[in-house]
This record gives sequence, C-alpha cells and structure tokens, in this order.
Amino acid sequence: MNTNEKSGFAKFIDSFGLPRLIITAFLLLLLVACPFVGADLPTQISNIISRFSWNGVLVLAMVPMVHSGCGLNFGLPLGIISGLLGATLSIEFGFTGPISFVMAILISTPFALVLGSGYGWLLNRIKGGEMMIATYVGFSSVSLMCMMWLVLPYKSPNMVWGLAGKGLRTTISLEGYYNQVLAKFLAIKIGNFTFPTGTILFFAALALAMWAFLHTKTGTAMTAVGSNPVFARAAGINVNRIRLLSVIMSTWLAAIGILVYQQGFGFVQLYMAPFYMALPAVSAILIGGASVNKATITNVIIGTILFQGIVTMTPTVMNNMIHMDMSEVIRIIVSNGMILYALTRKTEAAT
Amino acid sequence: MNTNAKKREKAGAFLRQSSVPIMFVIICAVCIPISGLSPSYLINEIVTRMGRNVFLILSLLIPIMAGMGLNFGMTLGAMAGEIALILVSDWQIVGIPGMVLAMIFSVPFSILLGWFCGKILNMARGREMITSYIISYFINGVYQLVVLYLMGSVIPIRHGSIKLPRGYGIRNTVSLLNMRQKLDNLIPLTIAGVKIPVMTFIVIGVLCLVIIWFRRTKLGQDMRAVGQDMQVARDAGINVERTRIISIIISTVLAGIGMVIYLQNMGNIATYSSHSQIGMFCIAALLVGGASVDKASIGNVFLGVILFHTMFIVAPKAGAAITGDSMIGEYFRVFVSYAVITVALVMYETQKRKRKSLEGQKLAQAQKGEQNKGQKEENEA
Amino acid sequence: MNEEKTPLLKMQGIKKDFFGNQVLTDINLTLHEGEVIGLVGENGAGKSTLMRILFGANMIRETGGYEGEIMINGEKVQFHSPFDAIAAGIGMVHQEFSLIPGFTTTENILLNREPTRKSLVSDIFSERLNTLNRKEMEDRAAAAIELMGVNLDQKMLISDMPVGHKQFTEIARELSKKHLKILILDEPTAVLTEKEADALLSAIRGMAQRGIAVIFITHRLHEILSVCDRVCVMRDGKLVTDVAAKDTDVPQITKWMVGREVSENSKPQAGGEERHASAKTILSVSHLWVDMPGETVRDVTLEVKEGEILGIGGLAGQGKLGIPNGIMGLYQAGGKVMFKGEEIPLNAPRKCLDASFAFVSEDRRGVGLLLDESLEWNIAFPAMQIQNKFLKSYLGGLVKWRDEAAIKEITQKYIDELAIKCTDSRQKARELSGGNQQKVCLAKAFALNPSLLFVSEPTRGIDVVAKVLVLDALKKFNRENHVTIVMVSSELEELRQTCDRIAIVSGGRITGIFSASESAETFGALMLSNVI
Repeated sequence: MNTNEKSGFAKFIDSFGLPRLIITAFLLLLLVACPFVGADLPTQISNIISRFSWNGVLVLAMVPMVHSGCGLNFGLPLGIISGLLGATLSIEFGFTGPISFVMAILISTPFALVLGSGYGWLLNRIKGGEMMIATYVGFSSVSLMCMMWLVLPYKSPNMVWGLAGKGLRTTISLEGYYNQVLAKFLAIKIGNFTFPTGTILFFAALALAMWAFLHTKTGTAMTAVGSNPVFARAAGINVNRIRLLSVIMSTWLAAIGILVYQQGFGFVQLYMAPFYMALPAVSAILIGGASVNKATITNVIIGTILFQGIVTMTPTVMNNMIHMDMSEVIRIIVSNGMILYALTRKTEAAT
Repeated sequence: MNTNAKKREKAGAFLRQSSVPIMFVIICAVCIPISGLSPSYLINEIVTRMGRNVFLILSLLIPIMAGMGLNFGMTLGAMAGEIALILVSDWQIVGIPGMVLAMIFSVPFSILLGWFCGKILNMARGREMITSYIISYFINGVYQLVVLYLMGSVIPIRHGSIKLPRGYGIRNTVSLLNMRQKLDNLIPLTIAGVKIPVMTFIVIGVLCLVIIWFRRTKLGQDMRAVGQDMQVARDAGINVERTRIISIIISTVLAGIGMVIYLQNMGNIATYSSHSQIGMFCIAALLVGGASVDKASIGNVFLGVILFHTMFIVAPKAGAAITGDSMIGEYFRVFVSYAVITVALVMYETQKRKRKSLEGQKLAQAQKGEQNKGQKEENEA
Repeated sequence: MNEEKTPLLKMQGIKKDFFGNQVLTDINLTLHEGEVIGLVGENGAGKSTLMRILFGANMIRETGGYEGEIMINGEKVQFHSPFDAIAAGIGMVHQEFSLIPGFTTTENILLNREPTRKSLVSDIFSERLNTLNRKEMEDRAAAAIELMGVNLDQKMLISDMPVGHKQFTEIARELSKKHLKILILDEPTAVLTEKEADALLSAIRGMAQRGIAVIFITHRLHEILSVCDRVCVMRDGKLVTDVAAKDTDVPQITKWMVGREVSENSKPQAGGEERHASAKTILSVSHLWVDMPGETVRDVTLEVKEGEILGIGGLAGQGKLGIPNGIMGLYQAGGKVMFKGEEIPLNAPRKCLDASFAFVSEDRRGVGLLLDESLEWNIAFPAMQIQNKFLKSYLGGLVKWRDEAAIKEITQKYIDELAIKCTDSRQKARELSGGNQQKVCLAKAFALNPSLLFVSEPTRGIDVVAKVLVLDALKKFNRENHVTIVMVSSELEELRQTCDRIAIVSGGRITGIFSASESAETFGALMLSNVI
C-alpha cells in the first residue's frame, strides 16, 4: 500500500519532471509571500497575465518545429525580423491606429514566408545539426539586419534618428500606432486587476488554430515525422516538405508573436534586441513540459505562465524581502538550466 | 584518368577547405586601403592582438581533437580566470607574481567547471555544441550570482575600490593597472616601431610545444581515437567518457590561463561582459584560419588571428569611409563573425551527410556496372 | 596425436536461453593447440551466440549468463568482459570492422596497446602522458603483419584502404597481442576478393603452424574443407556433427546444416492443402539492384503469381532483405518493377503505397513503429495518409480532420483479431512486447487493404506462441482477402510451412525457385551456391 502510493508519487514526479515541480513550487511560494512583503497581489497577477499575453504567441511558435523533429527553434530571431520589417514598413507607409497592426501582420507575412522557406531549406540540408545552426542563423540575420536598419531608406520622422534624418532608432514608440490595440479590446478592469481580453483572445485563436492543425491529416503527418522520420517515409510522407512547412509556420508565428509583444510593450525594439529573444521562448516551452521532440499547446500555456510568473514576481518579492534584486540572475539560471535539462534527457531523436 | 580525377578531387577539397581564409584575404585586401590606416599602426595592432588572443584560441584545439566540436564552453575557463584575477587584485598582489598567482588560482576553478561541463556533454552526446553553448549561459548566471551577490557578502573582499558602493558585489570594471601589460613588457623589444610582447610570445610558443608534445602522448592518441569513433575506442578498452571529460578540462584550464593573459593586456576587467563574447570571437578566429568543426591545427590559429583581427581593425574605418557611418563597420564585423561560424557549421553538417550519400552512390554505380556487364553476357548468350 | 594432451580449449555442456527461448543446448567443443576448426550452420543456428559466450560479450551477461563450463588449458575460466577473454589469449575478428578510419594501419593494430616511453611528466601525473614510441609501434605492427603473411602498407590510413585490407588489419591486430592462443574469425572472407581470400586461407595455415588455434566461421564450405582440420556443424542450437574435414564433403555438410526430421506439424503446406494456384503474374521484377548496406541486391529477376505466398529465403547478408526494401523505395534501387501490367517507379515510397503495396519491415523499432505514439496512431497512420481513411472532411475537403472514433474502432478490431496484448488502444507502442509490436506492424499493413503485401522477417525476435499467431494471421489474410504475400525470412522451416513457393537468394541473385514441398537439402544447397 505504502509502496504503491510512493510509486504513484514517483510516477507523478516522473511525468511532471522534477525541475518543473521545483519551479511551480517556487512560483507558488512567491505568490504566497507576496502579501507579506507588502506587494499587491492583484497587480502582480495582472502583471503575470499581461506578460503571458505578450509572450504567448512567441512560445507557440516553437510548437511546429518541435513536432516535425527540427528541435527547438533557436532561429526564432529570423521570424522576429520578419515581424520587425512588417512593423516598420506599416508605420513607414503611414498607417495608424488598429489598421497599422493589421497591416504590420499582412506585410510581415510574405517576409516570413520567404525567410522561412530559405531557413527550412537550409535545415533540411543539415538534419541532425539543426539547433546549433539555427542559433547562428538567428545571430547572423540579426547582425545583418543591424546594418540594414541603418542603410534602408526609411523616412518616417517617428522612426529615424532626428539629427541625421536617416537610420532607424533603436526603440520606436508605438503611441498613435498599435500600442495596446489588442490589450484594450474588451479589457476588464477591477481595481488593480486588469485583464487584457483582446490579447488573450488573439492568442487563444492562434493556439486553437494550432491545436486544430495538429488534428488534421497534415498535422498528424507532422507529428509522425518528428516521432520517427523513417516510419513517416515508409508511409509515403515527403519528410522534407513537412519539415519545411513546420519551419515556415514557426517563422510566421514568430513574426506575429513579436507584433503582439510590441503592442503590449508599446515599443518596437530594433538592432540587437531580437538577439536573445529565442532563449526565453525556448525555456518557457520546456518549463511547460515539452521535450526536444514533443510539445503540446498545454505545454505552451503552462510554460509561459510559469516562466513569466517567475520573471515578474522575483524582482518585486525579492526586492521587498531581502533588498537584493537577484531576479536577472535567477532568470538566467532557471531558463538555461531548463534548456540544459531538456538537452541532456535521453530521447530517440538524439540518435 | 583515375589519378587525374583524384587530383582534381584533392584540389577541389583544398579549395573548399581554404575558401574561408581566401575570402578573408580578399576582404582585408579591399578594406585595408579604404580604411586609410597606416601600415605601422596596423602591424602594431595585429601584433598586440596576437599576443592577447592566441593563447585563448589554442585552448580550443584539444576538444576538437577529441571529436567534441567547437568548445563554446571555453567561456567557463574565461570566467574562472576572471574570478582568480578579481581575488588576486583584491589581495593587492601586483605585477608578474600577481599574474602567476591568478593563473595558478584559476586552475582549480577551471577544473571544477570543466569537469561539470564534460559530465553534462557526456549526457548530451551528438549535440555537444549546442549544449556547451547553453552551458556557457548557465554558468554565466552562476558567475553573476557569485560575483554580484556573494563577493563582499560571503566571500571576503577587502578593497573598496573594486566593490560596488552598496557594500557587496564587484564593480562593472576592475582596474588591473598594476598588472597592465607586465607580461608583454617583461622583455621590452621594439622593431621598426613595432612593439613586440616577447614574453607573451614565449609563453604562447611554449604552449604550442606542449600541444605538439601532447599529440604524441598516449592520452593524445586516445583522444584522437575517441574523436573519430567512440564505439571502436570503447571496444579497444579506452575509457571514452573519462577521456572526453579530460579534454574539456584541459581546454577550460587553458582558457582560464589565456584569459589572464588577455586581461593583463587589456589592463582592466569588464566584470560582466569580458567573457561573454570571448568564446564567439575565438571560435570565429579559429574558423577564419581554415579550421573546421572536426579538424584544427596550430597553423589555423595563427592565420586566423591575423586575418580575423585585421578585418576587425579595418572594418569600422572602412565602413565609415564608404558610408559615412562608423556603426556600419561595427555591425559588419559582428555580422562577419557570426556568418563565419554559421558557414563553418553548415559546411560541416553537409559534408558529413555528403560523405554518407557518396558511399551509397559509389556502390550503386559499381552494381550498375556489374549489372550492365551481366546483361551484356546474357545478351551474348 | 593431440589426444593425450590437455586441450587448449574445452567447452562443456554450454547452454543458453534468451528469456526462456533456448538457443544453445548442451554444446561440447574442444580445441587443441594449432588446430583449425570450421564452424558452420544456418543463421540463427547459434554460432554467434556460442562465440559471444567464449568471448565474454556483455550481452550474454546482461541476458542472464550461460550454463556449462569453459576450460582453457584445463583451468576453468569465467569471463566478465571481452577484456578478460583477451587477457586469457582469445582474439576475435568481428564481421563489422572495429577500426579508426583516420588512423594508419600501425596505429589501428596497436590501438590502446601502444608501446610508450616514460617521461618526467608522466611520472608525476599519469601514465597516459607517456609519449608514444613510434618506432617500436612500427616494429611490432610489422611483426604482426609478417606473422599473418599478407602484405599491408603500414602507413596507409584505414579510410583509404580497400575493404580486404581492413579485414587483414583487424586480423593483424589480434595477432599482435602477445598471448594470443585462440583466434575466432567470424566470416572473414565475406568481404574479400578471391585472391585475398586465398591469401587469408594460407595465413590461417601459417598461424596454425605457429601454434595458434583458429575457429573459422564461414558459409563458403570449400574454404572450410581446404583449411580446417575439423568441421563442426550447428543446427537449432545443437552441435550436430564434429568430424574431421578429410572425411566429409560439401553436399554432406549442407545436409547436416539444413536436414532435420520432418515432424507432423511442420509439414510443408503446399502439399497438404488445395491451393487456388493462379497462373497470372501480378508482380514482375527484372534486374533489380538495391544499395542496402549489408544486404546488397545485385541482379534479381522474379515473378510473383496472384494470390500466392512467395517465400524468399537465404543466408544473412546475401540480399534477401534488400528486395522488399528496394521495391518499396526505402533504399536506393534500380531495375524494373511491373505490377498488374503497369510500371512502378522505384525510390518513391508513395508510389508503391498508392499502387496498393504494403510493407512490414524487418526493422520493427526503426522503421515499423512510432514507438512514442499510441497503437491507434501506429495502425491508422499509413491508411490515413495514403488512402484518406479515418478522416472527416470539412469546408469542401479543405480541412481533413482526424476521425478519432473511426481510428479507435479499427484499432480495436485488430487488437481483437490479432490478440494484441495491451492495456488499451491508446497505449504507447514502445510499451508492448516484441511479438505484440509485430502484430501492430501487421495490423498497420492490413489496415491499408493492400493487394500485395511484403513481409520481412515477421518472426524475428518473438517467442514461439506469437510466431504461430503471426504466421497464421498472414495465411488467413492471404486466404480470406486474396492478398498476394511476399514473405522474406531467414528461417527456411518457417517458409516451408507458410509459403507456396520459395525463392532462394544468394550473392544478391536468385539461385532458384521451387515449390515449398521441395526437400530442405535442395534449398540448403541453393543458399550456399553463390555465397559471396
């Protein structure tokens, strides 16, 4: 009886993963500690929710490539760049208000498709080494775009350096464009608690679409390719085409994801900003319970909440408690520790 | 005909292998005149940077030999070196003795970190590079925890000048004025206006000899065997896991010592950023010298340092001269560093796959030939 | 003459079972100094297992050890690892090369046994910092090569070598071991040209003269007769014959290898039943070559009749597995395949599946299954992807939604029909036993409703009960659904029980097709006729 219970508990830990358990416990501890250190719980929770809403789509972008066996998309910056092109061009063309958001999505789509295809073509050529090369493809493209932001003939006075009259600024305010355009839609406000209904709905729609896609014939094929590419090939699946599709989907979602992030954050960040955006998204989905070759929508939601929860809660609680802001260090250790944990776990895909 | 084809194949392979260095020679040849920098300035800079970087880059060679790819985890050694230097400068030990002490002191840290890194890499076989890359971030977090929070609060730091005003944690910059270029200038020598860091070069020379010697040892031979085929090595009785861990430890220890040399030349430690880019620049330089993920020599290191840093020096000036914006050149050299690594990784992976499919093609062709022959015989019959 | 001396090696009453599956029964074998014995037998007869036991292989211990005694020079030994066996003077050359490609001949011969020079540094730290003594390495390698009697370039890299030289390097490595007393050669001539093989045979004679005992495993029987003192034949885990080589000949050995008492239940089926023999050819294959590593098909021409079960047999490595894998597009292939009068393009798995072929691969875990997915997925996936089964269409076919209910239904149907032991239809394939996994693979193929089914090694690695179930299921599927089946198997007896006709592959070519009622000896002779 006793042993049975124990094995049940051990099984639970096994399926949930020890690191995830620790992180969840840590977050709960922070939430419980909140009132004692004088932080306002509703504000904290609405912070978590709004940061979840900003980042959700970026994390969702991990799902297709994990499913098709391309591993964690460390090349997320490539998709982000498509989003940035969409954002800046939409402003450059003079769109304002909610329309500028729609236009940003529309304009970034062809970029995401083209860059995604090229990226997917490359990844099909180097099966087995995807993650490392994805990282460096991301880095190279970000640094290439750094030059482009300076050189491209943007004219809008809201975006270029005032003095020189050319070259884009490092941060561009979205005031008057699509700042909070989703968050304010049907937003619910109770005291200190705000619920960004629009952004959540937008994320939910994309997540639902992804969930639905994974239930279609092609989606099933994608999962099978990730699970065992040889099996899929023997079943007549064009493995390379499915992988390419997954990379394009991932890139496009990253483009949309950065636009959603910007509307919440209120600024477009250029130059080196996309550089380190892949790691938080990667670790978020891993914290949510995904592995290098398995991921679900639930993993995305849980992971984003846990990760963003820790990122938002630690500074306030820690600061108030021990007067030391260790949040940055904790974030680095937790997120990279999580990735390491996932990389060292034995999976079939490793061989 | 056969030998001719082989020759052509060999020439092609040579060109492919040296395509990156050749590209860099061209970039440098174009940029040097545009930049308008004087030759003596240029040579001075390159010699300085050689003294500064070569030791660090040499630390990458041994893991490549052991088949573990580019050791992005060399950053770990750099951090160990920094911690040792911070402690030594707090103890106010100056000059060469301070440096030597820092080097010695970095070793236990490096061994510990290298052992950790090697252990983890043994668990993540087949994806060593991405794992060592993430390890460097992870340990960076731990490093920040130690330096920013524990130093001065748990680990005693006596001197106020390196502590943050709040009473614990280390300042963003730690001055190494007392050690600055002490090694470089130990034997002063200037030839035609070019200052030569003789002692540093001697140290580097000794390391090169050590590496050459190491290749001839039993351990070196074992590493080469493990690097080429782990299973065969294991069947022959070589302790594969241990050998791999040792290779990472050696690399980390060398990187730690290399970092001390690097920082004595710079004259100060940027506490939170000195190490963060060092791995990337060292790896890029090595690759520019014509190394690949599975093959690198001492020659690659020297050629790489010269070409890469020439580009590094002239790119901002050349960029400014062409576009009128100095930032372009700055971004250009960052882009080139990343692009070089990307290209090297892609080439490595595609060649690995090509080698496989080539074998298949050859077989198919042989069978086809045989079959044709068979058919002919049949027809004749 | 050796009778009075203590034998160098004595294996007594060796027994071994894998999880209740008896693979070796009561083997007694002796070997004297300088003696060469030839060990022959069909695949699965137990030769490899016996040699693994002698060599202290890890997998033997991991599967529960063995019974019986091994004595060397009259002393009982117990090997805990191959290294113990090596220390006791046993050397083994495996079929797969164990060489470092970027090392020279010398370096490979002395791998991890390099002579070294001590230095001050190594005294302080570790012996591994001794420097290699290159000169002595060359000398020792040269001595080993000379002992073998074949010329090898000591400075050549393994990666630049022809395959035969790699084999010789392996042998030289064993010979360079100081205490070598017994050398096991596992099909060493399989990769050699005729000339090289001759050189090897004379090398073996040379070794024997120097007092080394050799156990020589091969399928080329004439080699055995020309070089061995004794021939030991194994069959079904038993040592059936141990005879002096001069007292026997090839036909007799063949007979020993395949001959067995035909019992009541193993009667060849063709004779017993009325079969709707059809004269119509459904599939014709001409001049097929397949580049499947280890199972190369060179030139196969073959016709399959509608409604029959055609067996393809042959020894391992002769190319029988390459035939279905090549036709189904899983390995690079060439030649011509006609199905119902239409040409089926090669190297395109989808085209074969569209033409209503199905394939149950011999590599269950690698190719046959999605180990981490449910049984439902495993069984329904190909049919869903190829034939749009188990899908609901919405928006005029734009969205093809997985029909979970239909998938569950079909899975449940096959679970019942094939008696697949599982908790439910959502259990992961990885968690099933080998036999049940094989049934899932069959169900996957059945769900496609193929008109032509290729089955490759359907009973490999599964227990006796599951074996019968699987074979019966195949027969039933053939009778009731009128599906033509091509079944590839290493077990001749199984083919004779299941098939109508049996084709034998040897050396990548078909060496003969006979009715399953033909005698086992005939098939045995065909198997060995063209061996390379």
